[in-house]
Amino acid sequence: MSMHSISLTINGKKFEGQAEARKLLSDFIREDIGLTGTHVGCEHGMCGACTVFIDGVGVRSCLTFAVQADGTSIETVESLAKDGKLSPLQEAFWENHGLQCGFCTPGMLICAEELLRENKNPTEQEVRLAISGNLCRCTGYHHIVLSILAAAKKLQGAAQAA
Amino acid sequence: MAATTTETAQRWVGRSVKRVEDPRLLTGRGTYVDDLHLANLHQAAILRSPHAHARIRGIDASKAEALPGVVGVVRGKQVAELSEAFPLGVAAPVRYYSCAVGKVLFVGEPVAVVVAKDRYTAEDACDLIEVDYEPLPCVLDPEKAVEDPTAPILHENVGSNVANHRVLHYGDTDKAWAEADLIVKTGRLVFPKYGSTPVEGYAAAAQWDPLNQAYTIWSNFHGPFIMHPVMCRALGVTEDRLRFIVPPDIGGGFGIKSSVYPYMTLMAICARVTGLPVKWIEDRREHLVASSSGTDRVSYLEAAVKKDGTILGVRMKIYDNCGGYIRTPEPACLYRATGNYSGAYLFQNLKMDQYAVMTNKSLTGPNRGYGCQQLYFGLERLVDQVAYDLGMDVAEVRLKNLIPAGAFPYTTPSGGIYDSGDYSKSVRLALDMAKYDELRKRQTAARASGKLYGIGVATAVDPSVTNMAYITVAWTPEERARKGYLPKAGSSETGSVRIDPSGKAFCMVNTTPEGQGHETAVSQIVADELGMAIGDVHVITEFDTFTRTWSITSGSYSSRFASVGASAVATAARRVKEKVLKIAAPMLEVNPQDLDVRDSKVFVKGSPERSVPIRRIAGQAHWSATLLPEGLEPGLQATCMFNFPNAKPPDEKDRVDSSQTYGFIAEVMGVEIDPATGEVRIDKYVTVHDVGTLINPMIVEGQVMGGALHGVAGALYEEMAYDESGQFLAASFMDYLCPTAMEAPPIEIGHVVSPSPFTVLGSKGCGESSTMTAPAVVANAIADALRPLNIAVRELPMTPNKVWKLLQEQKAKGVA
Repeated sequence: MSMHSISLTINGKKFEGQAEARKLLSDFIREDIGLTGTHVGCEHGMCGACTVFIDGVGVRSCLTFAVQADGTSIETVESLAKDGKLSPLQEAFWENHGLQCGFCTPGMLICAEELLRENKNPTEQEVRLAISGNLCRCTGYHHIVLSILAAAKKLQGAAQAA
Repeated sequence: MAATTTETAQRWVGRSVKRVEDPRLLTGRGTYVDDLHLANLHQAAILRSPHAHARIRGIDASKAEALPGVVGVVRGKQVAELSEAFPLGVAAPVRYYSCAVGKVLFVGEPVAVVVAKDRYTAEDACDLIEVDYEPLPCVLDPEKAVEDPTAPILHENVGSNVANHRVLHYGDTDKAWAEADLIVKTGRLVFPKYGSTPVEGYAAAAQWDPLNQAYTIWSNFHGPFIMHPVMCRALGVTEDRLRFIVPPDIGGGFGIKSSVYPYMTLMAICARVTGLPVKWIEDRREHLVASSSGTDRVSYLEAAVKKDGTILGVRMKIYDNCGGYIRTPEPACLYRATGNYSGAYLFQNLKMDQYAVMTNKSLTGPNRGYGCQQLYFGLERLVDQVAYDLGMDVAEVRLKNLIPAGAFPYTTPSGGIYDSGDYSKSVRLALDMAKYDELRKRQTAARASGKLYGIGVATAVDPSVTNMAYITVAWTPEERARKGYLPKAGSSETGSVRIDPSGKAFCMVNTTPEGQGHETAVSQIVADELGMAIGDVHVITEFDTFTRTWSITSGSYSSRFASVGASAVATAARRVKEKVLKIAAPMLEVNPQDLDVRDSKVFVKGSPERSVPIRRIAGQAHWSATLLPEGLEPGLQATCMFNFPNAKPPDEKDRVDSSQTYGFIAEVMGVEIDPATGEVRIDKYVTVHDVGTLINPMIVEGQVMGGALHGVAGALYEEMAYDESGQFLAASFMDYLCPTAMEAPPIEIGHVVSPSPFTVLGSKGCGESSTMTAPAVVANAIADALRPLNIAVRELPMTPNKVWKLLQEQKAKGVA
């Protein structure tokens, strides 16, 4: 099977590689780029664990071919903490027990981040809706919802202080 | 709010400390099996049976083998040559291998494995394998598989579909039946087949060392490590030739990953055949169709009762569906709850007539709650029926029959020794939190306005840390008494603690956590014992059978961490502390018993200004070992293998203390049913738990929330459904409906704390929690809602279409 050149930006850095047309972006990120924070939980777009930002939009990387990401800018869970410091969203997950096994967490964080970029003051129902495409089997979601609501408060506080 | 890791405190246990695992998991730096790197690693894809029951006439893999990139194809024939059938917990001569040999017995059973340079190529090659099948008739219902003489037999050499049958009789049910005012019956109850589907599926990588004839296997297996000797038997090696390595992170388990071991075996064989390291990462379809689930159970329960609601005895007939092959540790689903068969109730007479049955469904094994959701669904439906038949309130009949608070430790008729509890207090707290009387008034008003509103109550004794002896109840007392039989007894676990030369603690536990925060809990426990800040206590959970001191009962299952894991590591820490004090005593010129630890210092009790840093003690133990007080070994370390004295083999009457600690759960639920759609909405859900001492309340709350949703999911949404021909109908997350955040109901949690006298810290397991009560309380609440329409609830999941159909049937009869 013929290989295709792929050139993209991953978490702010340029990456160039080759992949078959059928190679999933999730596999490309994990195997070729070598970032294993993005997890694959179902390979049919239902669990959301593999969600990454492509040009700022949350996308299932298991339903995207690597060649489709050619020329784009991708952000994965590894991009959220800056200079070794957790982001307010990550901190909120830590403080509110928003994770147990951590396998769904990367996708949850990306979806929550996307929500909070668009909606600074979400209601509980809006939070639940925003993560309703992400399965978590450990937490029963309760603490994840609390974490995202707490993150919104943190970000509002930071915005007011600024 | 969570505490920080650097502050010092006298007590860390009991506080909602932030988890030490979280920063790495939040930043994508966890290490799961699929993140490991091995040189020249090849990948496997598994070809699986499309038939529920068929003979394999032939396999032509020539095209697959010719595909560039493919390095080997392994078939059942080679598997039978390179391994033995797995050892079983039953006498039936079932031959179960990691890959089908001659016949397939369920849809999804492995038929061949392709090993290739990458997964894409391996899957391409699977499509090129031609298998010639001769389809055979199938049977899916466990009762039919036993009782219907026309049902096909899966294993000709077994001669029936019964893998195990026992009649267990405790007390005297004939007497109870003779003394009863009334016999209450549930009718035919059907508990569904579902699994907890961790978001990370099975994962295994294997390497064969031809020089030492030894296998190394990396996997997300989380115990029980009794499967290590089981796999050694299958692979025909001694235990020093099989190495298990488990990385620090497992993406959820819930018991399901206990059953990854046949795939570990299959990958070991693939590595041996190809001479290459081979990895297999299960995809979601594979997981749903063929990994593991709880059993579906058909049961009939009867109770002998007095008019005042006193239950004198219970009889159960049970058919557990273990799928195509009875896979170890099954038939444990029937026996795990042996000591707590009678639940929270005082009755002394109990008869269990129980079958483990093989049908053409996928295989079963531990699934969070193991055996208890099936048990309590039946028992709690029965107790409701007692209330219905006597015209009593469902809460009242429970309160009347509960084991009283003064009775602990309480020995059950089947041999369980309930360590501690106050069941009435817990039930009353749940009723108070739910405002039960008010809820009943609301129900009356709702019914008056034509709404379907129901209230359910359920209780459960929540067993933790199983005594491996329980599984041997599958054998008769005569079989257990035969010459040369080695009785199984024990539920041990190891904890190791050492203080390094800089004065920091390192702990190792073999509890292979998959999300329960053991690193955090251990750091809390050891920080308390050694007087340190938790940030100075490092906990290693990566597991390796070659470098650890472990027990065959090690692992993460049966909610055993807070009981035995915590006891082992606390005891090891106390031994280290004892040595610290012995080294410090001459420095401070006092006796060791006059010393204690706090703020990383050893101090003289009553004169805390006289102290020496633990770092200094550690320095002496490591750098100046020869000068240690006489009789002390160098270094500062201790290992404890903790066991419980009650973990004895079953007696000649089949009584066994099947678990070493027993928590308690009381739940109240209110549901409203939409008559137009059949949808059940949970309006109120209160759950009260007694887990003994809470090590980290935040983690306990997380376990309860997660467990409750698993139970609710099994009651309302999830089912590993099959059609009549044995085709699997739920092979994707579009068909197998895991609840999302939108379905998760609000849950109110309450605690009653009755510390266990049998564990070091008084803590009991809490990992399975409401998985065992939620199906019962949901069923009871729905039953209560539908009672005015004369509709009985005898099966789960109560999906909207099922509820709707029941409503329509009653409508047709002119009842509704």
